[in-house]
Formats: sequence, C-alpha cells, structure tokens
Amino acid sequence: MSISKRGLLAGVATATVALVATFVAPAAYAGTSAAACANVGSGYAVQKGKTVEVFTSVVGDELTRYAKASADFTACTGIKINWNGSDQFEAQLPVRVAGGTAPDLALVPQPGLIAQMVATGQAVPAPSAVVNNINRYWSKSWRNLGSVGGRFYAAPNSANLKSLVWYSPKQFAKYGYTVPTTWADMFTQSDKMAAAGQTAWCGGIGSGGATGWPSTDWLEEVVVREAGATVYNNWIAHKKGAYFSDAPIIHAMNTVWGWMGNSKYVGKVSTIATTSFQDAVTGIPSGGCMQLQQASFIAASLPKGSVVSPTGDAWVYYLPGINPAVTTPVEGGGEFYLAFNSNKATVEVQTFLSTPQWAVSRIKAAGSNGGWLSANSGVPAATYSNPLDALSAKYLSDPHSTFVFDASDAMPAAIGNGAEWTGFTDWFANGTPVKTVAAKIDAAWPSASN
Amino acid sequence: MPSFWSDNLPKLGQMFAAIAIFLAVLTAIFFLAGRANGKRQRPIAIVVFLGPALILLLFGLLGPAIRTLLLSFKGSASKHWVGFNNYQWLFTDPSMRIVLRNTVFWILLTPIITTGLGLLLAILLDRMRRESVAKSLIFMPMAISFVGASIVWEFVYKFANPNQPQVGLMSSIAHHLGFEPPNWLLTQPLNTFLLMVVFVWSQTGFAMVILSAAIKNVPADIMEASSLDGASGWRLFQGITFPMVRSTFIVVLATMVVATLKLFDIVRASTGGNFGTSVLANEMYSETFIRYDAGRGAAMAIILFLLVIPVLVYNIINLRRERTIA
Repeated sequence: MSISKRGLLAGVATATVALVATFVAPAAYAGTSAAACANVGSGYAVQKGKTVEVFTSVVGDELTRYAKASADFTACTGIKINWNGSDQFEAQLPVRVAGGTAPDLALVPQPGLIAQMVATGQAVPAPSAVVNNINRYWSKSWRNLGSVGGRFYAAPNSANLKSLVWYSPKQFAKYGYTVPTTWADMFTQSDKMAAAGQTAWCGGIGSGGATGWPSTDWLEEVVVREAGATVYNNWIAHKKGAYFSDAPIIHAMNTVWGWMGNSKYVGKVSTIATTSFQDAVTGIPSGGCMQLQQASFIAASLPKGSVVSPTGDAWVYYLPGINPAVTTPVEGGGEFYLAFNSNKATVEVQTFLSTPQWAVSRIKAAGSNGGWLSANSGVPAATYSNPLDALSAKYLSDPHSTFVFDASDAMPAAIGNGAEWTGFTDWFANGTPVKTVAAKIDAAWPSASN
Repeated sequence: MPSFWSDNLPKLGQMFAAIAIFLAVLTAIFFLAGRANGKRQRPIAIVVFLGPALILLLFGLLGPAIRTLLLSFKGSASKHWVGFNNYQWLFTDPSMRIVLRNTVFWILLTPIITTGLGLLLAILLDRMRRESVAKSLIFMPMAISFVGASIVWEFVYKFANPNQPQVGLMSSIAHHLGFEPPNWLLTQPLNTFLLMVVFVWSQTGFAMVILSAAIKNVPADIMEASSLDGASGWRLFQGITFPMVRSTFIVVLATMVVATLKLFDIVRASTGGNFGTSVLANEMYSETFIRYDAGRGAAMAIILFLLVIPVLVYNIINLRRERTIA
C-alpha cells in the first residue's frame, strides 16, 4: 500500500479542490539568465518558445512546487515546462497514448504502467544523456525498474522509503539499548527486552476495510532481505518458484511469524489483528512497546506533544538486512519520467529531470517540512532540511541499494487488496498455519483474462 | 476569506439560474399541455405526467438493474461470459458460506429484536411521567450515523494486550470483575452478535417513536370500553393494542429487514468484514471496489435484490388489504 492511499481524506479533498489542475512554469523567458543557469547545470541548448508537457498524477500545491522547482530551467533554456496534473492520470494516459495525443513526458508512478506504455510502441527509450545520469547517480535496481526488456526507458523522479523501524530514543537510553545495525543484533536486543518484561515489538494491522495491509509490508521487507530483488519481482509476477507456497516465500513467512507472530516479542499475537495501525505507534514514546516497523507517515499518529528527533520520544532506524548477498535492501515507492517523443526540447527536459540539480531544486521547493526525497546519489545530504528525510534519503540513494516496490500494490487487486489482506488477518487473528495461508492466497490468484 | 465568496457566489448564481430554467421549462410544458384539447388531451396529459418519471426510472433503475444482472454472468473484468460460476462460488466457497450464514442471522434476529424492543418501550413509556424526555434519550442514537455508532462501540469492545491497561469499557469491567476479558471482536460467533447490538442500539429509538405514535392513535373510547369489560394488562395489549398497531408494526419490521439486508457500515467500520463477521452487502462492496471483481459483486447484488423482493411484496399486499378494510 502506498502512503497516498493512506491519506484517503486528503486525497479526496485534493481531488475535490482540483479535479484537473494545470500549471505552467510562471517564469516567462526573457533571455538566458546566468544566475538561473548556475542552478541548472551546463550543456543545455537555448530553445526559445518551446513548451514541453509533463503529464502527471500530481495536483494542487504539490504541482506548483514542481513548477517552482523548474523555473530556473525555463529561465536558462527558454523551454517552458507545462506541468499538467490530473487525478485521473492512470486512466487518461493510456487513452491519450492510444488516441495519438501522448504527452511529451509522463510521470509514471508504477513500473507496471511503464511496461504497458512501452508495449504500445509509443514510448521512446531514454536518450544517452539520461542513460549516463542513471548509470552515474542511481543504483542498479532503479535502472532495472525503469527498463523494459533490457532497454532503459524511464529515469526516477522522487522516492519514498518504508524500511524503517520506529523506536523511542529516550526509552532506549533509559534501558541502555542501542540502535541495531544487523538483523541478528536486532533480535538479540529484542530477546533482552523480552527478558526484562518489555514488549519488544508493537503491532497493529487494523485499518477498517483495508485491515491486514501493514502485515503485507512485514513480509515484503523479509522477502527482499532474504531472497533478493529477483525472487521478489518474480513473486509479484506470480512466476513459478516464487508463489506464496514456494520455498522462499514460505521461509520468509516463517521469519515474519518468528518476529511479529512471536508472543515473546508482541504479547498476545491475536491482538495485532484488532489493533489499528495508528494505535500501534502510540506505545512507542512511553515504552509500552519498544519498536514498530512502519513508514515515516505514522509520525502523524504519535501522541500529541511527542518529540520526533534522534534524542526525543520517537525516531527511526533503518530495518537491517538479513542476507549479506542482498546489499542495503530498501522497500518503497517512486515515479519515473517516460518520454513519448525524442524532440530536442523533450530530450533536454528529460535530461534535466534526471540530474542532481533538478532533485536539489525540487527538495528546496518542498520547504522545511520536506516530504520530497530523491534516490539520486548526486544530491548532497545537507540539501534535506528535514532530518527524517535525510535519514531515508541516505538508504534510498545508496549506490548499492536493492530497491523494490511495494509488492501488494503491484500484485492484482484480488491478491494485493484481497486474499493477502484477509489471509494475513486470519493468520494473525487465529494463528492459521503458514502453509494454509499461502495456499489460500495462491488459489485466489486471478487467471490472466476474465 | 474573500476567495470563499468570489469562488462560491458565481456557483450560487448558476444554481439559481439552473432552477429558474428548469421551472421555466416545466411551466412551458404544462402551459402547452393545458392548451391541448379534444382528442389529444388525454394522451398528452399521460406523456407529460408519466414521461419524466418513466425516463428517470428507465435510466436510474431499470437500466442499471439489467446491467448488474448481465455483469453477474461475466468474469472479474466483465470480458467473458462465465455462466453461473459467480453464483456457484457464492454458495459453495467456505468463506462465502460464513457470509451467508451471518446475513441470515442478521435478517432473522435484528429486525425482530429492534422492533420488539421498540414496541415494549413504546408501551412502557406510554403516558409515563416525563415521557418525552425518556423518548428523546432513547431516540438520540438514531441521530448518529452507523459509522459513528461503530466507532463509539469500538471503545466499548476495545481489547488491549494483557500487560497493557484495558481501556475498552467491557474489557475493563471484565478485568475489574476479576476475569481475563476475551478479545471481543475476535471471538466467533459472539462478534456478529456484538455488531448487532450496535444496530439495535441505534435503531430501537426509531421503532419506538413510530410505534408510540400508532399506540397514541388507538381511539380512547375503544380502550375505555374494553377496560369497562374488564380487560387490562396483557389481555388489553393482545386483544386491543397490538391488533390496532399491527400494520405499523409490520411496516417498521419490513423497514428494519431492508435496513439489515443492505447493512454495510457497521461491519465495515468495526471489523472490515474480518474475523467471520462479514455480510453480503460488505462483501459486495469489497469484491466490486477493492478486489475489482465486478462479476462476483454483481452476483451478490442480485442475491440481495432477490432477498428484498418478498419483504416488499408482503408490505404492498398488507397495505392494499388495509386500504380495502378502510
């Protein structure tokens, strides 16, 4: 599940306010500005009067920040960027492409849609300047996500990180606990907590009609950590050898059960099924429970007055890896710029959007609250004004990172929003055997065409 | 905020303009229809009065109903015909059987409990001192939506890990009485009945108010005559009061049955349909809008529709009979 689905209310509100919002970079071209060019980088040809459309699902205030961040590029090159946002993006893009009115660039929020667009024959592979940037600034797994059939098409835009563990620095200091850097250390310390009568792990998967989703994240984290990105992506694609009932996934499910299904660490396991995911984090500041695997957005559910800082009531550490062959495993999300023509102006914009300069100006446009991260390793850590963003960006932009997308989002809805949620909820509520849970989910996998 | 008015004044203006245009068109039609005379008068009147309603029914009710029926014989993406597969799944899948079982529980129990309790309260409160105060209090939960009521009751059923303080009302009471509370919403089949409590709590007031009004309508002279004949208490109730409010009782009961059939909010907000508490309407939503299986969702809609029909038919027959008696 992506964070955007969490903020359903916010989403609905945004959608109501701006059904279809269009923003054009405000700075009108008035000759090349040296100051602007300094922020943009070199090598761009001036192309007066050209406009490049970027079609995106981003709307509202967030879209104005894109326009703001690209103002210098327009001032320097004369190319206007038309940031065209629609909350119907995913439905409209295929229609526009099929109808011959494809945008110059589309900001695609999921790899599956890139492959679908490439299959239409309308998308064009990334130009060499973009290829150079992806090789230089991103880890191999990002390159793979933007590639279809071995050809590289789309460079990433922003990224977000789910592989975080919340804890209370104050409670850790009080009991002499330290932030673990390996999976084994994390459990040695959890054993210590259990021995001291503490609840080592908080858990809650309740979420109304979406009950179960947090537990799918736990499994995803473990699958990528144990088996690596290839098995993980085969798992999403439901390829033989990576079914739920196959060895790697069963093994990962057993690991999850030894962690979040372990009464030694979590207390009564079935309580996880009836505790809401928001309530799960409320025990962190007081030490009611010591650690919680959850993405950064959960900070909003902390009790009022909690200080989120490396020395405060709540902070995060990176969920360590398991298999040393899988380097810096990271689960999260991101978007990609896919081009539908190779006009000179399009190529230039596409190239700019793959540079660290773009990422830096976009991060700055987000202001002090942050919330916009890049996995571009050329972005200096000091660019982030929000320390939580800086910590997340460190792992996202690790050149050796093994980045994977949220699997339940990428699987068919019947699984990712259906059988997996209900199966896992049943798993935690009743302690159903792992093999039964897995077999049920596999059986629900929809056939290719219905 | 100035932008609020500058944003909304034009919209208000458009709204009034639309209403004015609508009224103008209506007036014109009625005017023209009124001028028609002779042979054409009757057909024109029929078209003018029935036409709009028929068009709305066609596009708003009949069309969607037929489409739903067709979809229920198609696959998840509505591409291929699958015959009765969706219905077969509905009646044979083990988890669906639990859903059907729960739906039957709901239909059999909640309307009778709610309406019966409402009647009991109406009789007990009748001509009591400060009757209106008591009635308002009992009626009040009706003002809360089912989702709101579910959230309120979630605090009653909340269960915390045994090493944490029990903040849920029932868990806390159990704890203070000295026994370990169960995880209420997780315990089957108790949890389905706990959800029914939310419905009864919220709807009893409605049944009470309607039935109370019917009781007040029972002519005083009949009551007086029967008391003179020596009837009182139970005898008076079953001989006079109940027969006099019987039709109201049935209408309330039917309303409750229909409300129970389409019940969705309580289950969705409390358990999301997990832990064996799901009902047809909730599964219908999940299949259609979360798992994107339009076929199964449509099949459930059809089953719900078939279940509602007998209630409506009985209601109509009953109303007709009343009319002929009166």
